[in-house]
Amino acid sequence: MAECYSFMASGMAVGYHGKALIRDISFELPKGQILTLIGPNGAGKSTILKTITRQLSPVAGTIYLGQQNIHALSGDALARQMSVLLTERIHPEMMTCFDVAAMGRYPFTGRFGRLSSRDRELVHTTLSRVGADDLADRDFLEISDGQRQRILLARALCQEPEVLVLDEPTSFLDIRYKIDLLDILLEETRRRQLTVILSLHEIDLAEKISDLVLCVKGDHIWRFGPPEAIFRDEIISELYSLNHGTYLTRRGSVELSRPEGTPSIFVIGGGGYGIPHYRALARKRVAFAAGILFENDLETDLARTLAARIITVPAFTGIMDEVWQDAWQTIQNCCAVLDAGTPIGSLNLTNSRLLQAAEKSGKRVVRHIHELD
Amino acid sequence: MKHIKFRIPLIYCLLVSAFFAILVLNVNTGSLSISPGEIFRILLHGSDGSKAANVIWKIRLPRLLAAAVLGGALSVSGYLLQTFFRNPIAGPYVLGISSGAKMLVGLLMVFVLRVRSGVPFYVQMGASFLGSILVTGFVLLFARRVRNMSSLLVLGIMIGSICTAITDFIITFADESNVANLHSWSMGSFSAVSFHNLHIASAVVFISVFCAFLLSKPISAYQLGENYAASMGVPVKAFRIALIGLSSLLSASVTALSGPISFVGVAVPHITKLLFGTAVPVVIIPGAFLMGSIFCMGCDLIARTAFAPSELAISTVTAIFGAPVVIILMLKRQRRHELG
Repeated sequence: MAECYSFMASGMAVGYHGKALIRDISFELPKGQILTLIGPNGAGKSTILKTITRQLSPVAGTIYLGQQNIHALSGDALARQMSVLLTERIHPEMMTCFDVAAMGRYPFTGRFGRLSSRDRELVHTTLSRVGADDLADRDFLEISDGQRQRILLARALCQEPEVLVLDEPTSFLDIRYKIDLLDILLEETRRRQLTVILSLHEIDLAEKISDLVLCVKGDHIWRFGPPEAIFRDEIISELYSLNHGTYLTRRGSVELSRPEGTPSIFVIGGGGYGIPHYRALARKRVAFAAGILFENDLETDLARTLAARIITVPAFTGIMDEVWQDAWQTIQNCCAVLDAGTPIGSLNLTNSRLLQAAEKSGKRVVRHIHELD
Repeated sequence: MKHIKFRIPLIYCLLVSAFFAILVLNVNTGSLSISPGEIFRILLHGSDGSKAANVIWKIRLPRLLAAAVLGGALSVSGYLLQTFFRNPIAGPYVLGISSGAKMLVGLLMVFVLRVRSGVPFYVQMGASFLGSILVTGFVLLFARRVRNMSSLLVLGIMIGSICTAITDFIITFADESNVANLHSWSMGSFSAVSFHNLHIASAVVFISVFCAFLLSKPISAYQLGENYAASMGVPVKAFRIALIGLSSLLSASVTALSGPISFVGVAVPHITKLLFGTAVPVVIIPGAFLMGSIFCMGCDLIARTAFAPSELAISTVTAIFGAPVVIILMLKRQRRHELG
């Protein structure tokens, strides 16, 4: 089924000076899909990408673009099928953004690189597609990093490639430019079946953009599969050797480490009302307990990650008496109770009883941790 | 960028006019005053053996044309080196390449002139080319370790100084009769140029400049860096060899013919880019050649008239105009670094 993949590596080993850093890299990437390389710093994501783009020769194995072995292609033939966005900064002298983007037409222009009217039109539409048409006449060296990255993306797209390879395209970009850049990639893959291979540091974004994910760890490909199979708390924690922090798949968020110790504050939350308080307490490094939460509450994952102790009940059930007792015991060992302000209904009536009991017994009940300072 | 469209032909017209203006001015200026009509007649009819004709054909014209051809050669050579090192202050003189060529030619002259009466010019060219390539190789060897542009400059100056010291050493021990000639040559001068030598050097220069012009397209891609260039299909290795080969040929021709000439290679390409308001190689390569011709003819005019009858070394004049450009470029680069 040669037509169904656009890119394939088979038994590839990559490294420098003939010494393999990562071995046995084999994967197939169907046309029009986005493959993301993730993994810790220095794992060799860039080395793999450099080998794929022929900046490095593979130590072993073969890379196919469609049917062709890319190392058998001429530079020109490869350039017509693959373009790149590199991490290195460039300093083109006295070139406008249009000039830089138009450089993408290089493999298609004649002896002196003269642009045809079709080329010019293509450069202009590409610039507007990346939202940079207003930059066309500006000097490339005088625009911001985020804008430069757009122009370089436009350059890569002007090359009208089958496969686009991007090495950490979102580093140094603010959140808006990150989102814009990845949106453009999604758009292009769906619009014209562009195949994309990129490396990302932001795993939360990787989860959102990838059709396939390749985890690079140690000297081999540790995991390869669709994002559903890769973005699991335990896989990500192991991939990045997270000892303290946590990756929460369901929230798609990265959490710092939990304040350990005996809980001194009991947060009564639920329904997401507790989230800012958990974060505030974690920031102050105050160990806390959280309860009573339903297992399926949207803040339960986070509470489990950040709270020293958490008291939960199964989803959609009432709160049983022994759980109430457990919570009450915990409150008595705390110096204060924080009421996150979750609305009370028939299922979580118990939480309001907890509050009342705490108040009656003389515990401090606050609405915000500032009150405890 | 609409104005660019008109700006480029306009600047070309200006440069061509300036070229001819300074050509005429140069032929017309000297200790022997000859009327323009007379000059025109002499040029048209060739040498008739008169004193004026001899001055024109044997002294002024070869010198003038040498300045034109070699000035152009130097600035294109500088442009190619700047492309290669991706560094605006690279040039055959500041990197010590001219001094390397000078050293080898000096060696050749001193040792061969002991046993023979003369050295064929193409042998001098060969020695000069060898010297250029040798020093370029050295600079390349060290340049891998220094990414910083000022370090590259210091490196070049050091290598240049070593070569100059060796040349001076050789000249000190050369035969009395050769010293005078060799000494004025090693300082750089257009005065000793003969038509015969100029023919050979010009042929090499024109072919090299034409080849450089054919490289315009990869040069423009190379401005985005080696890796991007490779990703667009530029055969980077061959391209780099071509750049070094051509720039060495150009600076070797100059050094063989007239000795090392300072700063033209750095200053002129930069001025040319500013003038045209673009760095597109298709425009800049011929532009820099023209501009280099004008610059050197102008400097030579100053060199021989400013303190006539005594003459300044050509490098003295080119340095006065060229060195400040290097300083400005360094300050500009520094400021950009501070801005991030």
